[in-house]
Amino acid sequence: MIETENISKTYRLGDTKVRALRKVNLRVEDGEMLAIVGPSGSGKSTLLAILGCLDVPTKGVYRIDGQEVMRMNERQLAAIRRKKIGFVFQQFNLLPRTSALENVMLPLYYSGVSHRARQAKAMEALERVGLAERAKSHPNQLSGGEQQRVAIARALVNEPAILLADEPTGNLDTHKGAEIVAIFQKLNREEGQTVIYVTHDPFIARHTRRIVSIQDGRIVRDEPVEHPLAAGTPRSDDILGESLSTTVEEDEEAGS
Amino acid sequence: MNPFENFRIALRAISANKLRSGLTILGIVIGVAAVVALMAVGQGATSGITASVEGMGTNLITVSSGGRSFQRMAGGSATSLLYSDYEAILATVGNEAAVTPYYAGMASVKNGDRTASATLTGVLPNYTRVNAYSLASGRLLTDQDNLQKSRVVVLGATSAEDLFAGLNPLGREIQINGKNFSVVGVLEAKGSSGLTYQDDMVLIPLQTAYEVVFGAQAKSRGKNTVSGIALSAADADQVDLIMANVEFTLRREHSLTLTEDLPFSVSSQSQMLASLTNISGTLTTLLGAIAGISLLVGGIGIMNITLVSVRERTREIGLRKAVGAPKGVILFQFLTETLTLSILGGVLGVLIGWGIAWGVSSAGLITTSVSSEVVILSLGMATVVGLIFGIYPAYQAASLRPIEALKFE
Repeated sequence: MIETENISKTYRLGDTKVRALRKVNLRVEDGEMLAIVGPSGSGKSTLLAILGCLDVPTKGVYRIDGQEVMRMNERQLAAIRRKKIGFVFQQFNLLPRTSALENVMLPLYYSGVSHRARQAKAMEALERVGLAERAKSHPNQLSGGEQQRVAIARALVNEPAILLADEPTGNLDTHKGAEIVAIFQKLNREEGQTVIYVTHDPFIARHTRRIVSIQDGRIVRDEPVEHPLAAGTPRSDDILGESLSTTVEEDEEAGS
Repeated sequence: MNPFENFRIALRAISANKLRSGLTILGIVIGVAAVVALMAVGQGATSGITASVEGMGTNLITVSSGGRSFQRMAGGSATSLLYSDYEAILATVGNEAAVTPYYAGMASVKNGDRTASATLTGVLPNYTRVNAYSLASGRLLTDQDNLQKSRVVVLGATSAEDLFAGLNPLGREIQINGKNFSVVGVLEAKGSSGLTYQDDMVLIPLQTAYEVVFGAQAKSRGKNTVSGIALSAADADQVDLIMANVEFTLRREHSLTLTEDLPFSVSSQSQMLASLTNISGTLTTLLGAIAGISLLVGGIGIMNITLVSVRERTREIGLRKAVGAPKGVILFQFLTETLTLSILGGVLGVLIGWGIAWGVSSAGLITTSVSSEVVILSLGMATVVGLIFGIYPAYQAASLRPIEALKFE
């Protein structure tokens, strides 16, 4: 379970102060699957980075399973990232010139797992994303969709409490994007994995069971999705809820 | 996280980025190899010069005309070193040192068409002993030769080769200023002192030189002159005392007061050694400076590679932090990586530098010597340079929040 209390994030861009987040309150129970949507610059990625302990809020309280993140030192933070969180990036962020298997093994280096156990766990994670047969391939030999699946396997390998993904389909075509969403849905339904992803695409967001909309650093809407789309559903305008289509219309041009 | 595990991560990162690792190593290799090779040449040259100067004769003192003043050149009162000066010096210090005078002059030395480039030197029999020459074949000059003004000659190794081209010269005749002399002995080769070729030698009895070859040319106001007087002290501790006595005797003989410039130079072999060692020491320092510059250039090479790769590495560090690597572990990984590269490059550099030094030696150019101090120093410098340039950017990157490191452009 994760919980934020009035978290704000302010940073400086030259002489101007940017208020990326303003008093955000969010609570996510174990086993939920939700999407955070909003136009570019709304603060959705900043929120996700804070949830993933990759960034720290300027003010407010953030708890993971009851532990206050703001009070932790460097080493405790590293342990939280290692044990509780799996993070998937829009840019995949795989190590070049390093095989898929070794990329997936990376988090295990820091968990004190033996070499043999690392290989076994990494293989298992690759099987969960359906890429076991590409274990020896290097990132430059894999398609974008395959690279993102390796990145998901890497995020899963430590069996994290929460799986976070920042625009996971942003660099992929519709078909590959659907594959990634299907993996998230399967993980959530079959294994009860908590999944939170950020997207600017309302269609991708409709595959979850809850949508949180952010604008100008504030949560403006937080509502359940009555009929989440199944992965592979063809994209068409009429299946988007009316309320949603009006909210996210403006960010069609937004890249990320 | 044990050190062995960290070493494995470091090796993996090194082998995954062969080009980057290779370029980093190359800078260190060039720097270290240059230092080792240049210092080996410099130190080899120094010890070579020292050894050959020592080979010129132990405890040697040289008196020569010429002196410290330029009076003679300026046309002032010409003061020549006389044969009688030799006799006076012998009377004063003859018990403490072996004393030998010589007269050297230009003469044509030929064997038919073959010419020796050597200076002709008239000597007394003890000349060879004082100057630490030894005989290769035949015999040395004797008092008898000197008294009888015999037309006999002893050749240095190079001169014998010049005149006879490998044939045995003993008993054969050569022509000195057109007069026939018979070769009675050949000296052992001694090598170069770094300044003079000591084996270009044509020695004849001093009296023969005065009476038969040079005549009036060797006289000053009717007295026989000498080019120099060599002394070999029996005891090294007495060299300074003997030099003082020699100077005193010369002043007395030439009626000079203590304040007047002595128109002769009295110098010891240790002074000469000191000045030569000084020169070659300067040379070694110069070579060392050049080598240091190449190590610096190597260091800048390492820095460039590190800076070029810093973008990718910053993102890599961000990613490692994002998947839960503690900062200390990341820094330890980079430390291990950099140390491995530096030491690998350093050892390769030492081996290559050693190879160059060995090549120079076996090509007969100069006898080089690789000292352990230089090896340790250059390895140490390479490691320090590698550490500074490798660790500092990693430290900066690891101090960023993961999200900043990941967004680094």
